Amino acid sequence: MNMPDIKKIKDEYLNKLDIDLNIESVNQIKTELFGKNGKISNSFKTLGSLPTDERKKFASDLNSIKDELQEKIDFKLQEIETKEINSKLENEKVDVTLPEREFSRGKIHPVSQVIDEISSIFSEIGFSVEEGPDIENEHNNFTALNTPDNHPARDMHDTFYLDNNKELLLRTHTSPVQVRTMLNGKPPFKIIAPGRTYRSDSDQTHSPMFHQVEGLHIDKDINMGHLKGCLNYFIKSFFEVDKIKMRFRPSHFPFTEPSAEVDIGYEMKDGKIVIGEGDKWLEILGCGMVHPNVLKNVKVNPDIYQGYAFGIGIDRLGMLKYGINDLRAFFESDYRWLNHFGFDPLDVPSNYRGLSR
Amino acid sequence: MKFTISWLKEHLDTKKKDKELIEKLTDVGLEVESFNKISSDLDSFKVAKIVNAEQHPNADRLRICDVDIGEQNTVKVVCGAPNAKKDLLTVYAGPGSIIPKNNMKLSISKIRGVTSYGMLCSESELNLSEESEGITDLKPDNYSDKIGKNFFKNNTEKVVDLSITPNRPDCLGVRGVARDLAAAGAGKLKKISLKNIKKNTSQKIKVSIIKDKNQGCTVFGSCLIEGVTNKESPQWLKEKILSLGQKPISAIVDITNYVMFDLNRPMHAYDADKIDKEIIVRNSKKGETFEALDNKEYKLDDDMCVISDKSGVLGLGGIIGGTRSGTEINTQNILLESAYFLSRSIRKTSKLLNIDTDAKFRFERGIDPQSIELGLRKAAQLISEICGGKISKFDVQKIDNHEKNKIKFNISLFEKITGFKVKDYEIIKILTDLGFEVSKKKLELDLKIPSWRPDITQPIDVVEEIVRIKGYENIETLNPEKNRIKDTLNKQQKLFHFLQRSVASKGYFETVTWSFTDSKINNLFKENLKEIKIVNPISSDLDVLRNSIFSNLTFYLKKNLDRGFKDISLFEIGPIFIDKKPGEQLTVIGAIKSGKIARLNWNEKDRVVDVFDMKKDVVQTLVEAGYNGQSFFIRDKSPSYYHPGKVGSVYLDKDDIEPVAYFGEIHPNIIKKLDIKTEGLVGFEIYLDRLKDNKIKLKDLKSNFEYSDYQKSERDFAFVVDKNFKAQDLIEIISSIDKNLIRSIKIFDIYEGENIPQDKKSIALNITIQSSEKTLEESDLEKINKLIISTVETKSGAKIRS
Repeated sequence: MNMPDIKKIKDEYLNKLDIDLNIESVNQIKTELFGKNGKISNSFKTLGSLPTDERKKFASDLNSIKDELQEKIDFKLQEIETKEINSKLENEKVDVTLPEREFSRGKIHPVSQVIDEISSIFSEIGFSVEEGPDIENEHNNFTALNTPDNHPARDMHDTFYLDNNKELLLRTHTSPVQVRTMLNGKPPFKIIAPGRTYRSDSDQTHSPMFHQVEGLHIDKDINMGHLKGCLNYFIKSFFEVDKIKMRFRPSHFPFTEPSAEVDIGYEMKDGKIVIGEGDKWLEILGCGMVHPNVLKNVKVNPDIYQGYAFGIGIDRLGMLKYGINDLRAFFESDYRWLNHFGFDPLDVPSNYRGLSR
Repeated sequence: MKFTISWLKEHLDTKKKDKELIEKLTDVGLEVESFNKISSDLDSFKVAKIVNAEQHPNADRLRICDVDIGEQNTVKVVCGAPNAKKDLLTVYAGPGSIIPKNNMKLSISKIRGVTSYGMLCSESELNLSEESEGITDLKPDNYSDKIGKNFFKNNTEKVVDLSITPNRPDCLGVRGVARDLAAAGAGKLKKISLKNIKKNTSQKIKVSIIKDKNQGCTVFGSCLIEGVTNKESPQWLKEKILSLGQKPISAIVDITNYVMFDLNRPMHAYDADKIDKEIIVRNSKKGETFEALDNKEYKLDDDMCVISDKSGVLGLGGIIGGTRSGTEINTQNILLESAYFLSRSIRKTSKLLNIDTDAKFRFERGIDPQSIELGLRKAAQLISEICGGKISKFDVQKIDNHEKNKIKFNISLFEKITGFKVKDYEIIKILTDLGFEVSKKKLELDLKIPSWRPDITQPIDVVEEIVRIKGYENIETLNPEKNRIKDTLNKQQKLFHFLQRSVASKGYFETVTWSFTDSKINNLFKENLKEIKIVNPISSDLDVLRNSIFSNLTFYLKKNLDRGFKDISLFEIGPIFIDKKPGEQLTVIGAIKSGKIARLNWNEKDRVVDVFDMKKDVVQTLVEAGYNGQSFFIRDKSPSYYHPGKVGSVYLDKDDIEPVAYFGEIHPNIIKKLDIKTEGLVGFEIYLDRLKDNKIKLKDLKSNFEYSDYQKSERDFAFVVDKNFKAQDLIEIISSIDKNLIRSIKIFDIYEGENIPQDKKSIALNITIQSSEKTLEESDLEKINKLIISTVETKSGAKIRS
């Protein structure tokens, strides 16, 4: 066969392959072309009889025709296969609107989440986290904190006692962690201490157990300006607002001098508290410069070192930020409440991802 | 501490508006709790006259009164008071009025079939006094021409209510408040104007302070006023007493109270005729008793500071007087006491006897020891003005002079603490205005502390005085210092946070419950730990510190089940207590799970929660936290509150002494005792303090990456072993055969029953074998297979199942 005939065969078969075929017809075509006596196979057999100078060209043309046909056949086979799979899948359709397999989603308690938020904020400005025991002795909870036995301030702490001598008690605040930290280390100190605290008091706004975070920064030249700056930074970061109205008011705590209470501005919008605006004031924390007597009690020289301390109610901060009304609900383990106010465990507060979603 | 602005202005010369004064009070540290009228909506209370009173037809005790309220027609009011009679002048409250005592709003209502338009009020309902026996009985002299007029007309001045911190006893008197305001620039402190009173007679009653051990009284001033006529207080005085929220009693009592609230100078008036010869200030003896003015009898202990006479105890000095020597309306001669008592003595006595009075509150915080004579002068003058009488010379006995304290104050301390500067002259002015005596010596001030400021004892207290008067708004807001001393969290804290979120991510809701619990529930879980009782629990069912994390968890799980939830997963991370010394506590994660997995799910079969759910959560949590699961070892000896056959203890390593966790089903007896209704109840505990820090740092772990690309092969085996033979032991036997070749062992079937002897079970395993050095040949594999079979058979007594 000469080349033009071969080309004719090629065109003829390419046309044949263009129409809708089943897999058998394609295989039939394949045999007709490339089988033992296939038209293309036979053409290759004639190669030997050609003169050397033509042979090369002929072989090359024949090869490219063979490739072209082969390609077309492969394509056709694949096309049919795909079609067949598709029509088969058509029958395997399921109702994907049926519910997925069960998954369970856990929650982090708002107190834990708020503690993590607080830790993240203070971590940014170099504070580390310290802890202390829930059971304290009278000395660490009161005496070392410049609240001697006959001090009326003791009456304000409705203390749970564990013995009749009133020597062992449940700590009424996180301040004893200050005492422990300073006794066990050397200045400077820059710590926060979140934890459980206890007072025998129970009503809408008080519960016998609640959470506080203590802050302490002692160094050679830490003054009230640093205290103000630190708290201003904290409140702004915590409530995730750009501006905060904040008021320092003189107050009294035995373990700080001068002492202050801090109010933040708020207003009510649609029955909800909006922090940072408005002309109402809300008391949120107590603070002051650590009393020289406290420093002496923990073997820190008050002539060289000074600094501030503060104490914040964690539960209350959480209530304000997340609009929780009843403090007691924090500790009642109501599944609905935990589900609603709880946080996804993957929402870890951090400064690079943001404090909260 | 309560007072009206007009009272304040008796001490403070000011043109400031009320609002400015209120703000200033807050600015100097005197927190304003409220600034309100004594009661609100008082205009609807009218002076009224009962013009007719008839018996109610349907009730013996009720009367129907026609009441003249100054309008054209009388109104009908049904009244149950025994004194509701014709011609009585009283106080009428119309419909819509809010009764001050209970904030109830009145409406027109039918009482036993008769319509009543409003109400006639008792003194108690109007908060005038405790009197609730009958309706208010107004004196015709004062009120007969006022029918229809507002009853509270004169009483509408607003009252300031301050919350005074314990360090500021001086501000428990109006004058102290005025002094602070004056120093802060809100006006001028007026001089106390007292007339010179004639003191011709002598104080005839001898007073002596016995020098007992720890004598609680150091100064006792007194004067005798003879020939007084005690009576009702004049209106101005009554109003003052009412504005304090107190009840006027008689002129003499009201005057002593007034002086206390005005000058913070507690006074006491005795009926001089009832004193047996002389006044002796001494320590009490155990067993002495006296009846106090609160009508209670007190039994005294040793060494309480008492005022006594020859017959016995008259009163507890600085705390409360006694009925035996109390003044009455017909008292003629009085002995006025103005004394100083030490706060520790007051505090000790009042605590032991559980008495709280205004005087005690003040002495406990510290009264001005130099105000003895001022108190006597002011009270004596008022008594003589209102009640007449001759005033004796003052008698002052003292065993301590109470010299003023002195402080050397280095001016630079102020800026060092506050971070800002105040000019020296301004500092001096502030301190002088507060009553300090100041003399300047170069950079230092020599200060004499005002006798009314027991709180000021060292230079730092002086800094506070200056900064609070100057204003906290002057303190600069400095950017926070970012320098870091230590890592934010230590390893144990990181572990805490990690485990907390790891457990939550397995579907548990975190809860926070009390550290205390009900001893009855605690006993179910406490094992052999000591019970730690709270001496003064908030309620009898929260009486002990928890020995286990489970007592509260099971309690609240039950509550949620009772709410209709079935499949509950709760956990808590927090302290449990081993004993009652500080630090004798452990941090534990407790988790609890009830009900079913995949309840009512269309494509999964539901099943009751079981011990292997807990094992998975424990093991996964520990592995996530970085512990090597391959070396965990499980023992079945565990606390008794778990089901004895479905419980395990997890050891990080076979050789460890203490388990780090328990998991299992909660003991059915406990479920029954707590009346928990659920298909299944399982739980686990992880003890954080026992989790040793044996973790290889991630950076070391990561850099040690080894793997094998040689072909691996899998082989299945089934061994028949004794029924109680542990799968863990079988795996250990196999894995120790050749740690280099045996890569993983999976148990894919446990079989008991047909073809297996009754006391045996079959364990089917799939073992992956791979070398890191070469592709294993068939002969190598055959060798290891044989070794596995022979080793297991020798070491465990098992037989390979063919």
